[in-house]
Amino acid sequence: MKNINIKISDKPLNPADANDFVTNEECGGIVTFIGTARKFTKGKEVLRLEFEAYEPMAIKEMTKISKQIMELFPAKKVAIHHRVGPVGLKEIAVVIAVACPHRKAAFEACEFAIDTLKQTVPIWKKEIFEDGEIWVAAHP
Amino acid sequence: MILKLTAFGIAKDILGKRVLEIEMERNSKISDLKTVLLHQYPDFSKLANLTFAVDEAYQDDGFLLSANQEIVIIPPVAGG
Repeated sequence: MKNINIKISDKPLNPADANDFVTNEECGGIVTFIGTARKFTKGKEVLRLEFEAYEPMAIKEMTKISKQIMELFPAKKVAIHHRVGPVGLKEIAVVIAVACPHRKAAFEACEFAIDTLKQTVPIWKKEIFEDGEIWVAAHP
Repeated sequence: MILKLTAFGIAKDILGKRVLEIEMERNSKISDLKTVLLHQYPDFSKLANLTFAVDEAYQDDGFLLSANQEIVIIPPVAGG
Protein backbone atom coordinates (compact mmCIF):
# COMPACT_ATOMS: atom_id res chain seq x y z
CA MET A 1 0.00 0.00 0.00
CA LYS A 2 2.67 2.46 -0.97
CA ASN A 3 0.02 5.00 -2.01
CA ILE A 4 -1.88 4.93 1.26
CA ASN A 5 -0.66 6.29 4.60
CA ILE A 6 -2.77 5.70 7.72
CA LYS A 7 -1.84 6.79 11.22
CA ILE A 8 -3.45 6.93 14.66
CA SER A 9 -1.41 8.86 17.20
CA ASP A 10 -1.67 10.27 20.69
CA LYS A 11 0.89 12.95 19.73
CA PRO A 12 0.03 16.25 17.98
CA LEU A 13 -0.49 15.82 14.22
CA ASN A 14 1.48 17.82 11.67
CA PRO A 15 -0.52 18.39 8.45
CA ALA A 16 2.75 18.60 6.51
CA ASP A 17 3.29 14.86 7.10
CA ALA A 18 0.08 13.94 5.24
CA ASN A 19 0.68 16.61 2.63
CA ASP A 20 4.24 15.49 1.96
CA PHE A 21 3.17 11.85 1.69
CA VAL A 22 0.62 12.49 -1.06
CA THR A 23 2.72 14.95 -3.09
CA ASN A 24 3.73 13.35 -6.39
CA GLU A 25 4.62 14.26 -9.95
CA GLU A 26 1.37 13.01 -11.51
CA CYS A 27 -0.89 15.17 -9.38
CA GLY A 28 -1.51 18.89 -9.70
CA GLY A 29 -4.22 19.10 -7.05
CA ILE A 30 -3.82 18.26 -3.38
CA VAL A 31 -6.67 18.89 -0.96
CA THR A 32 -5.89 18.57 2.72
CA PHE A 33 -8.73 18.65 5.23
CA ILE A 34 -7.80 19.55 8.80
CA GLY A 35 -10.34 18.99 11.55
CA THR A 36 -9.64 20.91 14.74
CA ALA A 37 -11.13 21.08 18.23
CA ARG A 38 -13.74 23.84 18.34
CA LYS A 39 -14.55 25.92 21.40
CA PHE A 40 -18.35 26.03 21.13
CA THR A 41 -20.87 23.29 20.49
CA LYS A 42 -24.50 24.45 20.38
CA GLY A 43 -23.48 27.59 22.27
CA LYS A 44 -21.86 25.65 25.09
CA GLU A 45 -18.19 26.12 25.88
CA VAL A 46 -15.98 23.09 25.32
CA LEU A 47 -12.80 22.80 27.39
CA ARG A 48 -11.23 19.99 25.36
CA LEU A 49 -12.01 16.84 23.40
CA GLU A 50 -11.05 13.28 24.15
CA PHE A 51 -10.85 10.67 21.41
CA GLU A 52 -10.88 6.94 21.85
CA ALA A 53 -10.28 4.47 19.01
CA TYR A 54 -10.64 0.76 18.47
CA GLU A 55 -7.29 1.05 16.81
CA PRO A 56 -6.77 -2.10 14.71
CA MET A 57 -10.25 -1.84 13.22
CA ALA A 58 -10.04 1.95 12.82
CA ILE A 59 -6.87 1.46 10.76
CA LYS A 60 -8.64 -1.16 8.64
CA GLU A 61 -11.64 1.11 8.06
CA MET A 62 -9.47 4.12 7.17
CA THR A 63 -7.53 1.92 4.74
CA LYS A 64 -10.83 0.81 3.24
CA ILE A 65 -11.89 4.44 2.72
CA SER A 66 -8.56 5.20 1.05
CA LYS A 67 -8.97 2.27 -1.35
CA GLN A 68 -12.55 3.36 -2.10
CA ILE A 69 -11.30 6.85 -2.93
CA MET A 70 -8.85 5.44 -5.43
CA GLU A 71 -11.64 3.46 -7.10
CA LEU A 72 -14.23 6.25 -7.14
CA PHE A 73 -11.94 9.18 -7.96
CA PRO A 74 -8.74 9.59 -9.97
CA ALA A 75 -6.81 9.85 -6.69
CA LYS A 76 -3.21 8.67 -6.74
CA LYS A 77 -2.26 9.01 -3.08
CA VAL A 78 -4.19 9.33 0.19
CA ALA A 79 -3.13 9.98 3.78
CA ILE A 80 -5.46 9.82 6.79
CA HIS A 81 -4.09 10.68 10.23
CA HIS A 82 -6.22 10.71 13.38
CA ARG A 83 -5.39 11.80 16.88
CA VAL A 84 -6.48 9.94 20.03
CA GLY A 85 -6.45 10.91 23.69
CA PRO A 86 -7.02 14.44 24.98
CA VAL A 87 -7.08 17.17 22.30
CA GLY A 88 -6.98 20.83 23.33
CA LEU A 89 -8.85 23.66 21.60
CA LYS A 90 -7.43 24.55 18.15
CA GLU A 91 -5.42 21.32 18.10
CA ILE A 92 -5.77 18.98 15.15
CA ALA A 93 -8.01 15.93 15.50
CA VAL A 94 -7.79 14.65 11.93
CA VAL A 95 -5.84 15.31 8.73
CA ILE A 96 -6.90 13.91 5.36
CA ALA A 97 -4.80 14.63 2.29
CA VAL A 98 -5.79 13.50 -1.21
CA ALA A 99 -3.80 14.02 -4.40
CA CYS A 100 -5.45 13.94 -7.82
CA PRO A 101 -4.27 15.10 -11.24
CA HIS A 102 -6.79 17.99 -11.10
CA ARG A 103 -8.33 19.99 -8.26
CA LYS A 104 -12.05 19.24 -8.67
CA ALA A 105 -11.70 15.53 -8.05
CA ALA A 106 -9.32 16.21 -5.15
CA PHE A 107 -11.94 18.38 -3.41
CA GLU A 108 -14.67 15.79 -3.96
CA ALA A 109 -12.51 12.86 -2.87
CA CYS A 110 -11.39 14.62 0.30
CA GLU A 111 -14.98 15.47 1.22
CA PHE A 112 -16.02 11.88 0.58
CA ALA A 113 -13.20 10.71 2.86
CA ILE A 114 -14.12 12.86 5.88
CA ASP A 115 -17.87 12.19 5.46
CA THR A 116 -17.27 8.43 5.33
CA LEU A 117 -14.77 8.50 8.19
CA LYS A 118 -17.38 10.08 10.43
CA GLN A 119 -19.85 7.31 9.57
CA THR A 120 -17.72 4.16 9.62
CA VAL A 121 -14.43 4.47 11.50
CA PRO A 122 -14.64 3.19 15.10
CA ILE A 123 -13.42 6.34 16.82
CA TRP A 124 -15.36 8.12 19.54
CA LYS A 125 -15.25 11.76 20.59
CA LYS A 126 -16.09 13.11 24.00
CA GLU A 127 -16.65 16.82 24.60
CA ILE A 128 -15.53 17.97 28.02
CA PHE A 129 -17.41 20.93 29.50
CA GLU A 130 -17.02 22.83 32.76
CA ASP A 131 -19.99 20.94 34.22
CA GLY A 132 -19.81 17.55 32.58
CA GLU A 133 -18.99 15.59 29.45
CA ILE A 134 -20.84 14.18 26.43
CA TRP A 135 -20.06 11.40 23.96
CA VAL A 136 -20.72 13.11 20.63
CA ALA A 137 -23.53 11.64 18.47
CA ALA A 138 -24.26 8.88 21.01
CA HIS A 139 -27.92 9.82 21.43
CA PRO A 140 -30.43 10.70 18.71
CA MET B 1 -20.43 -20.56 25.94
CA ILE B 2 -18.80 -17.51 27.47
CA LEU B 3 -18.38 -14.51 25.19
CA LYS B 4 -15.87 -11.80 25.93
CA LEU B 5 -17.12 -8.35 24.91
CA THR B 6 -14.98 -5.25 24.67
CA ALA B 7 -16.62 -1.83 24.85
CA PHE B 8 -15.57 1.63 23.69
CA GLY B 9 -16.92 5.14 24.09
CA ILE B 10 -20.28 5.41 25.78
CA ALA B 11 -20.67 1.61 25.69
CA LYS B 12 -17.83 1.35 28.20
CA ASP B 13 -19.59 3.88 30.44
CA ILE B 14 -22.87 1.95 30.22
CA LEU B 15 -21.19 -1.33 31.17
CA GLY B 16 -19.08 0.39 33.79
CA LYS B 17 -16.07 -1.51 32.47
CA ARG B 18 -14.02 -2.16 29.37
CA VAL B 19 -14.53 -5.94 29.19
CA LEU B 20 -17.64 -7.97 29.98
CA GLU B 21 -17.89 -11.74 30.01
CA ILE B 22 -21.37 -12.96 29.24
CA GLU B 23 -22.88 -16.44 29.18
CA MET B 24 -24.80 -17.23 25.98
CA GLU B 25 -26.19 -20.40 24.45
CA ARG B 26 -24.16 -22.03 21.70
CA ASN B 27 -25.01 -20.78 18.20
CA SER B 28 -26.21 -17.44 19.50
CA LYS B 29 -26.34 -14.64 16.96
CA ILE B 30 -25.57 -10.96 17.32
CA SER B 31 -29.32 -10.32 17.56
CA ASP B 32 -29.49 -12.64 20.62
CA LEU B 33 -26.56 -10.88 22.25
CA LYS B 34 -28.22 -7.53 21.58
CA THR B 35 -31.43 -8.73 23.28
CA VAL B 36 -29.53 -9.85 26.39
CA LEU B 37 -27.49 -6.66 26.58
CA LEU B 38 -30.54 -4.41 26.18
CA HIS B 39 -32.26 -6.36 28.95
CA GLN B 40 -29.31 -6.15 31.35
CA TYR B 41 -28.26 -2.62 30.41
CA PRO B 42 -31.38 -0.70 29.29
CA ASP B 43 -29.29 2.45 28.62
CA PHE B 44 -28.14 0.83 25.36
CA SER B 45 -31.67 1.37 24.01
CA LYS B 46 -31.19 5.16 24.30
CA LEU B 47 -28.32 5.19 21.80
CA ALA B 48 -28.74 6.41 18.22
CA ASN B 49 -27.55 2.98 17.06
CA LEU B 50 -25.75 -0.07 18.38
CA THR B 51 -23.59 -2.27 16.17
CA PHE B 52 -21.05 -5.00 16.70
CA ALA B 53 -17.69 -5.86 15.27
CA VAL B 54 -16.33 -9.38 15.25
CA ASP B 55 -12.62 -9.87 14.62
CA GLU B 56 -12.24 -6.25 13.50
CA ALA B 57 -15.10 -6.11 10.99
CA TYR B 58 -18.73 -4.95 11.25
CA GLN B 59 -21.24 -7.80 11.32
CA ASP B 60 -25.02 -7.93 11.01
CA ASP B 61 -27.67 -9.24 13.43
CA GLY B 62 -27.66 -12.73 11.89
CA PHE B 63 -23.93 -13.31 12.42
CA LEU B 64 -23.12 -16.43 14.48
CA LEU B 65 -21.02 -15.88 17.58
CA SER B 66 -18.49 -18.17 19.19
CA ALA B 67 -16.24 -18.06 22.24
CA ASN B 68 -12.95 -17.55 20.43
CA GLN B 69 -13.97 -14.38 18.59
CA GLU B 70 -13.01 -10.82 19.44
CA ILE B 71 -16.41 -9.18 19.90
CA VAL B 72 -16.59 -5.41 20.25
CA ILE B 73 -19.63 -3.27 21.07
CA ILE B 74 -19.67 -0.29 18.70
CA PRO B 75 -21.83 2.61 19.89
CA PRO B 76 -22.41 5.55 17.46
CA VAL B 77 -19.01 6.55 16.07
CA ALA B 78 -17.83 10.17 15.99
CA GLY B 79 -14.37 10.52 14.54
CA GLY B 80 -12.99 13.64 12.91
